[in-house]
Amino acid sequence: MSKAGPSQASIFLNGLWKENPVFVQVLGMCPVLAVTNSVRNAIAMGLSTMFVLVMSSTLVSLVRNIVPKQVRIATYILIISTFVTIVDYVIKAVSIPVYKALGPFIALIVVNCIILGRAEAFASKNSVYRSILDAFGMGIGFSFALLCLGAVREILGAGTFLGVPLFGPYFEPWIIFLLPSGGFFTLGAWLLAFSLWKERRTRKATLAAEHAQELAS
Amino acid sequence: MNAATEQTLPMPKQTSSAYMILVMTAVATLCGLLIVTVYQATAPAIARNQAQIIEESVFEVLPNATRQVAFAVDTAAGAVTVDAEGQSALPKVFAGYDDSGALVGIAIEAGGRGYQDIIRILYSYSPDCGCIDGFKVLDHKETPGLGDKIITDPDFQENFAKLDAKLDPATNRPVNQIVTVKHGTKTEPWQIDAISGATISSKAIGRIMQSSTDEMLPVITAHLDEIRKAGTS
Amino acid sequence: MNSASLSFIFIDSLLINNLVLAVFLGICPFLGVSGKLETATRMGGAVIFVMLVSSTLTFGINRLLIAVDAEYLRIIAYIVVIASTVQLVEMFIKKTSPALFRALGIYLPLITTNCAILGVAMFQTFREYSFIQSLVFSIGSGLGFALALVIMSGIREQLNLADVPNVAKGTAIALMVAGILSMAFMGFAGLGSN
Repeated sequence: MSKAGPSQASIFLNGLWKENPVFVQVLGMCPVLAVTNSVRNAIAMGLSTMFVLVMSSTLVSLVRNIVPKQVRIATYILIISTFVTIVDYVIKAVSIPVYKALGPFIALIVVNCIILGRAEAFASKNSVYRSILDAFGMGIGFSFALLCLGAVREILGAGTFLGVPLFGPYFEPWIIFLLPSGGFFTLGAWLLAFSLWKERRTRKATLAAEHAQELAS
Repeated sequence: MNAATEQTLPMPKQTSSAYMILVMTAVATLCGLLIVTVYQATAPAIARNQAQIIEESVFEVLPNATRQVAFAVDTAAGAVTVDAEGQSALPKVFAGYDDSGALVGIAIEAGGRGYQDIIRILYSYSPDCGCIDGFKVLDHKETPGLGDKIITDPDFQENFAKLDAKLDPATNRPVNQIVTVKHGTKTEPWQIDAISGATISSKAIGRIMQSSTDEMLPVITAHLDEIRKAGTS
Repeated sequence: MNSASLSFIFIDSLLINNLVLAVFLGICPFLGVSGKLETATRMGGAVIFVMLVSSTLTFGINRLLIAVDAEYLRIIAYIVVIASTVQLVEMFIKKTSPALFRALGIYLPLITTNCAILGVAMFQTFREYSFIQSLVFSIGSGLGFALALVIMSGIREQLNLADVPNVAKGTAIALMVAGILSMAFMGFAGLGSN
């Protein structure tokens, strides 16, 4: 990373779109598949992960100059698991049904590679402000991906959105989308859509480059 | 990922162990402080939420009750004790009373293996008619759209409007075993009419109820006077 | 205390609620190292072993935390125990069996971030399994993970010869295969419950 670094907007947008943790980096797959059978669960998981991501990035960035290199990973894990424990208790205090639906997956935010990945790759090298921006970008990107999956699975699998029926009584829900295999299919389809879009863009870019070359010659 | 390995690697610039330990301790202290603060702050809300969930379910299966008292049932010793604080690890039943303090029914929590995973249910037993007159699934992982009909199917719920669970006064054992029968073949009041297409889940409910009534009802009936008394005190 | 029988726990964790295909734990290594049959087998072996050790240890830790009334430290304690277990296992194997270390070597550190290990520890705590139940659960889960991984790698080796459209290559097609596998595993549901 250069001394000046990328602009603030690009740090933020990086996680949201260009390096979306789920669709582009294919990280943190377990919660993405496990808790996206309804929009409510997807949102709860997205917000929890974002909270842990932002808080631990902040703290990691704050202590980045004090912590010796040798014990940094241990320190990061300590910080991350602290915030995960906090989220665990807060969700339990807010809503038991949500807590039950997410179950052990709240604790598993600890091993979500996105969080340790951002702590190591970004927050440990950047100022607090930039780290928060990056964490928010990544967190929103992650939540967005969860929401994409949750929406498809709930709308097709139950015919509802956030529990509100969409299609009336004659809709026969595609139960497969609520089941584990539906999770794999939906994510596979989204990844497919993403790489299709990417391929089209690169093809357009090469065409444009060729065109420019032709004009120049 | 390799904190320990890196520690053992020779480092060009050695940081003293004392400093490393100091930093780790400082971070750990901070983390500990944060956790304990949040734990203390959320504990009352968590306890309230948990109590509320079971309380609401009890009132749902005992719609005529306005007040409830929790009892811990020790089936081995055959004892029933008031357990208002929820401290006991023993199975619990919830007696519901109306405004005048008369017992309207007893809600019993039970669980057992379903199609996918454990199903937990709450059912109400009315000592006056010797029958089960309310039923609710607390927790389940049955197949959506098939097994979860045990919650949504109105015909299945109808089974528990008045399911016979009479005890034989002489032996204090259930006269008839609750049993799930194939869809549309229910003839006796102690039979549960299965949902077509979800027979295994329906059978699981029957089995859970049968073993729970077998175990709990004799003890509850033996101590019915104590349970009735708790309503007027 | 959980009353489930040992055989049920084993079948349940191995097939019905397969760690990878039904509970979605350990997806990263499932997609990452399922390219070749041989590496998949080794990774599976390493996971079974570490899972058994860490589940035994976390069972003890949990008892200890309950005894001193410090359950709010559970997540931190578990992750620290698992991370150190993996390190210890790695060092131990390196010293005692260089051949085994060469075979498992690079997979061991990867296991620290394998959510399946922490997941199994969390599940056994959630379900209040006894010690023996925990052991059976961790063996069943480990075998289930290895099974899914080996099946997947077998399919992917064949898939290399197939004509897959360019855009679907890699993760997308792997996920589709996993979806079909998961559907096949759904057939195990209800196994043993008359």
